Amino acid sequence: MRRSRFGFTLAVLAGLGPAAMAVELNVSAAASLTDALQEIVRAYQTVSGDHIVLNLGGSSLLARQIEEGAPADLFLSADEAKMDALAKKGLVLAGTRKSVLGNTLVVVVPLDSQLRISGPKDLAAGSIRAFALAEPQTVPAGIYAKEYLEKVGIWRRVFDRVVPTENVRAALAAVESGNAEVGLVYKTDAQISKRVRMAYEVPAGHGPKISYPFAVLAQTRHPAEARRFLGFLASPPALDVFRRYGFLVPAGSAAKP
Amino acid sequence: MSGEETQILGFTLGMAALAMVAILPPGLALAWLLARRTFPGKALIETLVALPLVMPPVATGLVLLHLFGRRSAIGRFVHDRLDLNIIFTWRGVLLAMAVMSLPLFVRSARVAFEEIPVRLEQIARTLGASPARVFATITLPLATRGLTAGLLLAFARALGEFGATIVVAGNIPGRTQTSALAIYQLIQLGRDDAAMRLCLASAVLAFVALFLSERLLRRRIS
Repeated sequence: MRRSRFGFTLAVLAGLGPAAMAVELNVSAAASLTDALQEIVRAYQTVSGDHIVLNLGGSSLLARQIEEGAPADLFLSADEAKMDALAKKGLVLAGTRKSVLGNTLVVVVPLDSQLRISGPKDLAAGSIRAFALAEPQTVPAGIYAKEYLEKVGIWRRVFDRVVPTENVRAALAAVESGNAEVGLVYKTDAQISKRVRMAYEVPAGHGPKISYPFAVLAQTRHPAEARRFLGFLASPPALDVFRRYGFLVPAGSAAKP
Repeated sequence: MSGEETQILGFTLGMAALAMVAILPPGLALAWLLARRTFPGKALIETLVALPLVMPPVATGLVLLHLFGRRSAIGRFVHDRLDLNIIFTWRGVLLAMAVMSLPLFVRSARVAFEEIPVRLEQIARTLGASPARVFATITLPLATRGLTAGLLLAFARALGEFGATIVVAGNIPGRTQTSALAIYQLIQLGRDDAAMRLCLASAVLAFVALFLSERLLRRRIS
């Protein structure tokens, strides 16, 4: 209560609109965005007065929930294909889709690992029994990881040791706990963890292009507020946060809030 | 039903059956102790055994992950000495199923033991039978119905195990994927027809196990 009044004051001060119109926005967001998004949401709630409810998970499950009518106002996906599928079904509010973030894949090992891994060839080593990836058929991080491993020609040599996880954070957790010897995750995830180290980063050009499309969903009952939050996500302060968490922010992607 | 679905169901049935073999000895011992003996800490043991029944299965999975993961004493021993992994392998599936279904078996088995008049066992003892022989020739045969009913109930629970399994064993197609995990993945893949087939098969299996279990219990009472 006090917080919302505080938000109200700030919102009025910031000229973002009256708090009488403060709404609750349900945002389904890819798990890899978790930490940066939480920070951005905290900042946004203070200035706008709107309440943001984050539903974080694998983009595939989120997309599926939206298809089945889950009450989401925005979808922040970790791959274009998931958003394409929703757009094809007319679930995306026309003209709101934008892709402002990119990411990089990295190979991680537990902090105390003895493995020497400096390139894709080392990933096929026999000493690696469990190779953690996000699920390679449905979860974007896994789809990207598989694309990369296929591109460097070792997918066939490692696929039977792959431990597919529900989302990319679970793959990271499997490496953190030492139950998987190696993992292929987003650079942003690897940066957050103190219990893994990066063995190497997939060079741009070797890996697939990873981009995060954001959009307002057609079913939203608060299109104006949803657009405003979307605008905030692409504003310089939010992009600074994303950049700090290791996301690639292409030059010129900043939009006016 | 496709070959893949048959494999998944076969794996699930096999693992659940193996889990029953695994819980039978400790389950019988626990149930017998709880039914026939009083000892300090009995209430504590009772509660601990029943805990997986009411804890969120995912939480049980987390506890198991910490107990048997590569960084734990047990996990390290198994890995370094026996060159085996529990986490992310079929052993993890077995572990999750066993721990999750043990309480159901122990509860049923305990009731089965308690329903046998102690007098019968005492008579056998006075006639010179050893405690082991009394257990094998009096207690066990008289409790068979209740024990089988409990085992079937536990089996049905094991077939549907999801939460602890996905944490401990992952969801690896062809290696640790049980029908519950496969259904979850099929939903995400949008393959609802295959998911429905597995749902139906799981429902039929669970129905048969429960039906038999109920029938056994009913007959014992009449």
